[in-house]
Amino acid sequence: MTQLILYNVFNGLIIGAFYALMALGLSLILNLSGVINFAHGGFLAIGAYLAYTLIPYIGFWGALAMAPVLTAVIGLLVERVLIRRLYGRDPLYSLLLTFGLAFMIEDGTRYIWGAQTLPFSIPDWLTGSLSSNLFFLTGYRLFMVLLVVVAVIALFLVLDRTRLGMRIRAGINDLETVSTLGVNTRILRNLNFGLGIYLAGLAGVLAAGMLGLQPTIGNDLIMPSFVAIIIGGLGSLPGTLLGGLLIGVASGVTAVFFPSATEAVIYVMMGLVLLVRPRGLLGEEGRVL
Amino acid sequence: MDLNKRTADAIVWLFLLTMPVWINWIGGYTSLGSRVIVLALAAMSLNFLLGFTGVLSFGHAAYFGLGAYGVGLTIKYLCASTPLGMLVGVVVGTLAAAVIGVLIVRLRGVYFAMVTIAFGQVFYFIAYRWNAVTGGDDGLSGWHSIPINLGFAKLDILNDPIAFYYFVLACFAVAVGVMALLLRSPFGRTLLAIRENERRARFIGIPVEQHIWLSWLVSCLFVSLAGTLYALLNNFADPHDLRWDQSGYFVIMAVLGGMRSFWGPLIGAVIFVVLQNYVSGQTENWMSFIGLFFVLVVLFFPRGVLGIFRRRIIS
Repeated sequence: MTQLILYNVFNGLIIGAFYALMALGLSLILNLSGVINFAHGGFLAIGAYLAYTLIPYIGFWGALAMAPVLTAVIGLLVERVLIRRLYGRDPLYSLLLTFGLAFMIEDGTRYIWGAQTLPFSIPDWLTGSLSSNLFFLTGYRLFMVLLVVVAVIALFLVLDRTRLGMRIRAGINDLETVSTLGVNTRILRNLNFGLGIYLAGLAGVLAAGMLGLQPTIGNDLIMPSFVAIIIGGLGSLPGTLLGGLLIGVASGVTAVFFPSATEAVIYVMMGLVLLVRPRGLLGEEGRVL
Repeated sequence: MDLNKRTADAIVWLFLLTMPVWINWIGGYTSLGSRVIVLALAAMSLNFLLGFTGVLSFGHAAYFGLGAYGVGLTIKYLCASTPLGMLVGVVVGTLAAAVIGVLIVRLRGVYFAMVTIAFGQVFYFIAYRWNAVTGGDDGLSGWHSIPINLGFAKLDILNDPIAFYYFVLACFAVAVGVMALLLRSPFGRTLLAIRENERRARFIGIPVEQHIWLSWLVSCLFVSLAGTLYALLNNFADPHDLRWDQSGYFVIMAVLGGMRSFWGPLIGAVIFVVLQNYVSGQTENWMSFIGLFFVLVVLFFPRGVLGIFRRRIIS
């Protein structure tokens, strides 16, 4: 029993790490541009499929490095061509646009790579179990968690220490003033969007190694990412991270005791948080988007 | 202007009342007409909130689906009566909306939209996972609508598509009439005031949260009614009726037709249903087309069909 619970908590942490990675990207875009990116799951799928295509040429490590970058480039283009036009308009329009994009990406990946689940090869030395007692602790899972931790630390360092990060943080507070101070906010939003999509691409490569490749791979991850943002609090990236891990562990633990409520439990948590603290766990008071 | 409005109303009702007569001539069929009316009702209910209160819900499919499952489960397990099933569906949908409304009514804008999307998914997962009762991913089948006994006549909505069409149209007329009356009442005017300037509305002492909650409730009540009709139309309740894609369809119908006008979503529903019906019959990649359609509408028709008309008249 202990092992079962431990297994599920660990599993929950991994899933939570995914949610957090997705949600951080979504949150970046939402905070600076006020766009709910429905197509985020689609970009995750693009990252995963690009990695699948690249592996035969440059190997797993090369793909892990390159696929998220290429995904981010696609994201930059999409922002430049489509999403940029909608800034300053009712958020309804960007929601509908990214909704349409999500459909197109899902169908597009199905058209190019087929609807069947594709095998995704990871290096052999990562597939084995690390300990016979803790059978679930495979190298790949541990590697994933480590990589997510590194990515999150890197993200926070970028936001905290670099000029770009400083501008993003300032822009979240008051984009108009940032613009008045001579920062090109079009480029800033563009780069920020790319950064968010990079995280989606990275999550995609990692998810493909664990869940296998399907055109709908992003769909199961996007809704919990919304919930993670809401629970964590709008406008707070640490909150988003916390929210992602919390709901991951919660659904992991629920899977032990009440498997059919695995998905529903996170929405119950969201309801409770909204009831007690409408701005989310770490959200600022009175923040309106 | 008032005359214009009357003419528009007359044209719409003439169009709807005669639809079964001419729809076959233009290559449609009666139940396609019923589908249009049901989805138009859903889109117009959504627009009560979106267009006339200025609050964006992206999770209306949940209450649509609750209506659908409410009527299906009642007829299948409890009592073989269509009106009772519809009542249960509408009550369940409205109650769920009332509870969730309390939680979300203080949120605004993007945040509101996001929370409605997320809450919508709860019911999807319940329908999807609770195999024994809801049929899970396969949907709720094994039931059908029951002919309604009116006392003086029997309305065979199961076997006679034209009877079903007029039954749906009657429900539509009542719902739309109530919404139109509400919008003309002081309550409706207050909603418009909140839409135009929430802060100012608050300053003059309007309890904004309470009004938004009521508007949300009215909107969800009629969307669950549409859901019950949709299930009766298909003799089937589909978990996908509850999902966020369906919510997106309602929003695009409202936007496409023109969300600032009362009849706009009806026009949006006609265009969307016909297009979806046609495209999904022509190609397997209909999702790409629907997606592209969303993008094009947002980029080129943000005001919708009626919005363009209106601007022409003004200029």
